[in-house]
Amino acid sequence: MIEGLLNGLSAAFSIQNLLMVIAGCLIGTFIGMLPGLGPMSIIAIMIPVAITIGDPSAAIILLAGVYYGAIFGGSTSSILLNAPGVAGTVASSFDGYPMARKGQAGKALTIAAIASFAGGSIGALLLMIFAPMLSTVALLFHSAEYFALMVVGLSAIAAFAGTGNVGKAILMTLLGLVMATVGEGALFNMPRFTMGLMDLQSGFSFITLAMAMFALPEALFLVLNPKRSAQGASGKIENLRITREEGRKIAPVIGRQSIQGFFIGVLPGAGATIASFLGYAVERNIATKEEQEEFGKGAIKGLAAPETANNAACTGSFVPLLTLGIPGSGTTAILLGALIALNVTPGPRLMIDEPQIFWAVIISMYIGNLVLLILNLPLIPYIAKVLAIPRNYLIPFILFFTLMGSYIGQNNATELLILVGMGICATVLKFADYPLAPLLIGFILGGMLEDNFSRSMQLYDGIGFIVDRPMTLGLLVIAVLLVVIPSYRARRAKARQEGVAEGD
Amino acid sequence: MALDRWVAFVILCAALAYGYAAFFTMDASLPPFMQRNPIWPSTFPKVLAVLTIATSLFILLGFEKAPESDQEPDIDYRRLGDYHLGQALTLLGLMVAYALLLRPAGFLFATFAFLSCGAFALGERKFHILLPIAAIASFIVWYLVDEVLGIFLRPWPFFI
Repeated sequence: MIEGLLNGLSAAFSIQNLLMVIAGCLIGTFIGMLPGLGPMSIIAIMIPVAITIGDPSAAIILLAGVYYGAIFGGSTSSILLNAPGVAGTVASSFDGYPMARKGQAGKALTIAAIASFAGGSIGALLLMIFAPMLSTVALLFHSAEYFALMVVGLSAIAAFAGTGNVGKAILMTLLGLVMATVGEGALFNMPRFTMGLMDLQSGFSFITLAMAMFALPEALFLVLNPKRSAQGASGKIENLRITREEGRKIAPVIGRQSIQGFFIGVLPGAGATIASFLGYAVERNIATKEEQEEFGKGAIKGLAAPETANNAACTGSFVPLLTLGIPGSGTTAILLGALIALNVTPGPRLMIDEPQIFWAVIISMYIGNLVLLILNLPLIPYIAKVLAIPRNYLIPFILFFTLMGSYIGQNNATELLILVGMGICATVLKFADYPLAPLLIGFILGGMLEDNFSRSMQLYDGIGFIVDRPMTLGLLVIAVLLVVIPSYRARRAKARQEGVAEGD
Repeated sequence: MALDRWVAFVILCAALAYGYAAFFTMDASLPPFMQRNPIWPSTFPKVLAVLTIATSLFILLGFEKAPESDQEPDIDYRRLGDYHLGQALTLLGLMVAYALLLRPAGFLFATFAFLSCGAFALGERKFHILLPIAAIASFIVWYLVDEVLGIFLRPWPFFI
């Protein structure tokens, strides 16, 4: 482990990679601040750039930097404008915006930066401890277990979609899996479901799909409803200091929320958004009576909790990605796609085969957090000027970058038509309240899911592997329970509302 | 019928077509030696087709009711006309035009036209700012992609 750590240190501290971290954090902060553009869209836009870099560690370091920067930028616009750029920072606006209204915008931003820094760094520490442990266990897994594990991951993502949406999330996941079967697979050298079109021979491009699912609908929503990009008057931001007493007040919050946020982030499907809301709720419940009164009116604890939790959760979401090769969220799914495009397969072998990538990513997390703290904090008053870009300019540029991203990947103009077509479909799906992240996760996992399924079918000469391997069976049972229990509970809650007697 | 159920209906139709292909047409061209395998190229699609049809029926028949939320949605599709629908459609049209023009017209011209028409459609009228910005941005992006990243983008129209 020490050897790997040193390897990673030397890789991460190369000039190129340091520049990558800094560039990633800055770009992420800039774009993450714009309301309506989430980390998924930003990373999707950055992928072609990352892929052309060619060096996988540099690419993932850049993308991870963008991810952190986006979350941090999102909290800036939550605090200053009450217009969260990122779902994970919605909870930060509960107390951050009232603080800004009271003229404490500078202080709020400082608290956000410190809390994010602590959450991210403690998260990275936990990642360093838990990821190697998990990947040792994961080495014992066979393709059958992998298949089952992916099914668990997919159903967990659907299960976390919230009451009344589980069916829709499952349908989207299945649609993603169906789309993944288009084109020529690795195990069978015959084209499937291409409808005779040459352009579909190699399947749908994942960058195009990512753009069409996230960046394009978000941009169209901005066009349709100008209120989404409402621009408030961002006044002068000054007085960035916090007192020692305030520091003492938020320290325990930061400690608790780093750990809680990290473990929520590890769970597939949970991620930064749930971690931040849960962190806010937990801290409000355990605060003293007088402090509870302040929550929602500009309590520093109420700002520190979600900020710490969402950054820790971002770090936590790298655990399943790096050790199992299974993404737990839309963002990590996009990262997985980028890694595969760079010829790196994340999974338990990653630590053995290419330790320098694994450790460089972890080290760059620390650097990224430092960069955010040192570089962004003094720059915030200037960066906040991004919020003043008129939408007449902003929207054409966002659309142009989505077009460019999918064109660069394929060098094919037909790809752009596919992009627009799928973007319209995605917008309709968004209107109808279908979650889009499961579709992309299903699409990315689809190929691997089928490969592992086919491999175990071949090894066991049939479907028998499900019963023969107790662990596979156990995981599949968990997957079914994850989907069934929430809908069962929702149904029971509805029955109770209608006055139906409840069985014991 | 609400939009989400219409969507489920469309997906159901697609899944039926997909399932038909997986169950009936795909295996016809399978070479005999592969037929002895426990897994065929159509096996996984068959499973997916069945699951997708079941799930879309589940939503279509309204077994799952979303809890009524009092929160106003970002955009209510029933009142789509109240929003800037025209602008959105214009921009989509521009994107299609961009896709068709990119090769023949060259990157620089197509991008310049896309950016300025897009901003114009959104209501920008200060041409002395808009046009230089669009021109400079097209050139910078072309320079970054073509010269720095090394991905070929034809800068000029086909006749130059």
